[in-house]
Amino acid sequence: MMDLIGVWVAAFLTLAILSFLFGDNPVYKFVEHIFVGASAAFGIIVMFNQAVWPFIQEGITTQDMFLKITTYIAIFLGILTLFRLEIMNYVAPTLTWISRFPIAFVTGVGTGIGIVTGIHGYIFPQVVATFLPIMEKHTSIIEIVSNLVLIVGVLSSLYYFYFSMEQRGVLRWIVKTGMIIIMITFGSAFGYTIMARVSLLIGRIYFLLSDWLNIIR
Amino acid sequence: MKERILAFIESLGRIDSRIVYALVFLATAIPLIMNIRIPMPVSPEVKSAFQAMDRLKPGDVILISTDYGPSSAPETQPMLEAILTHAFKKDLKVLLMTHWRFEGLIMGVQGLDKVAKKFGKEYGKDYLVLGYRPGVTAVMIGMSKDFRNIFSTDNEGKPLDSYLMYKEIAGDDGVLNYKDIKMLVGLEAGDAGNFWIMIVNARYGVPMIMGTTAVITPEYFTFYQSRQIEGLLGGLKGAADYEALLGISGFASRGMVSQFAVHVLIILLIFLGNLSDIARRFRS
Repeated sequence: MMDLIGVWVAAFLTLAILSFLFGDNPVYKFVEHIFVGASAAFGIIVMFNQAVWPFIQEGITTQDMFLKITTYIAIFLGILTLFRLEIMNYVAPTLTWISRFPIAFVTGVGTGIGIVTGIHGYIFPQVVATFLPIMEKHTSIIEIVSNLVLIVGVLSSLYYFYFSMEQRGVLRWIVKTGMIIIMITFGSAFGYTIMARVSLLIGRIYFLLSDWLNIIR
Repeated sequence: MKERILAFIESLGRIDSRIVYALVFLATAIPLIMNIRIPMPVSPEVKSAFQAMDRLKPGDVILISTDYGPSSAPETQPMLEAILTHAFKKDLKVLLMTHWRFEGLIMGVQGLDKVAKKFGKEYGKDYLVLGYRPGVTAVMIGMSKDFRNIFSTDNEGKPLDSYLMYKEIAGDDGVLNYKDIKMLVGLEAGDAGNFWIMIVNARYGVPMIMGTTAVITPEYFTFYQSRQIEGLLGGLKGAADYEALLGISGFASRGMVSQFAVHVLIILLIFLGNLSDIARRFRS
């Protein structure tokens, strides 16, 4: 019975959201508000139960002194974040700057990790992947062409963003090639985006036709 | 006469948007209702992912990260079910976790329960759900020494090391970390996949395959080209290809015909729109 009610509610919500295609209307607005409210509430509860509370509980009760101290530091920084709440503008407006400490901590750690992982895990392997053989003993014609396209594509696209020299003569052609490569990339990304959106529509229509209307099995 | 034809062609550019919606609906629904199938060549990147999974031996551990929510489930959920089918067929041990708040966990557990039931697999013996922890990069780095640093308990709140499966896969030292993971499967709708590759693959050398929503697939092709990932399932097509390689016919294979029909319709509408514009220029 609960499943049946669930399916009907989901079908109503789907149709209400799709009704926006025919113009903004109160049913759409109603469902949109339900979605935002339910997501936020559910998110807060799960975040607290799955992440915040077990972390505090374990950190405080542990015998490991290092973990205990770091947990207290994290809790302290977490409390400082609360100074950013809107209400603090009325209660203690001169103390809102305190919230910058945890933000600075998170930014610092995030940047540090980001730079190392970005260089080690992204830039180096990607650069190495462009060191391709143009002609080898057992390389097929398709591979040679593919490797050439990749090398030319990388170099010309990179050069497209080099603005320190006037782009004239041969350099202009390199820039044009780079632009064409970038346009093709955007085109393929756009094609994939359409595919994604259509997939979502297929998912919803499949749900309506199978789970709700039982037309397809 | 010529003027009338041009006027008609021009009018095609002014089709009411609701007619377009109705056409898209029909192009999607009719193939689903009639259960039409069309043969599709399997993409090399999906074949590569399938082969990487196929090389694993019974008892090997795979870690699946379901970093997506219901908003991208039509693309990624069929991937999860297909990969789980493959894994359970091969008697692999499955660990599941998410970086995508609660939604990723719900989707992951839903798929896992469905497929595990089909193969008669038991929780705690054949698969474990680690759960969700926030802080993507911190979680990944923390897991490198011992998964229990981050997931001291499973999703049900029981200590991870109280399960038979944990004892089996952690080995003599009792520590489970990336060294015990033979394949990481990232099902991604956002940035978490990038970090899996940039941190866990680059630093700890864990082999991985990625299943991504179509929107972010072009970004992941660079990782496939550089061999940082062993295979890539891109969007619904990727899921359909994996189903085809497994010899099963699921939602993705069925949906691809609608996908094809809608794409033909879109191309036709773009063509008509351009034709209408040309006719308008002729007339003016």
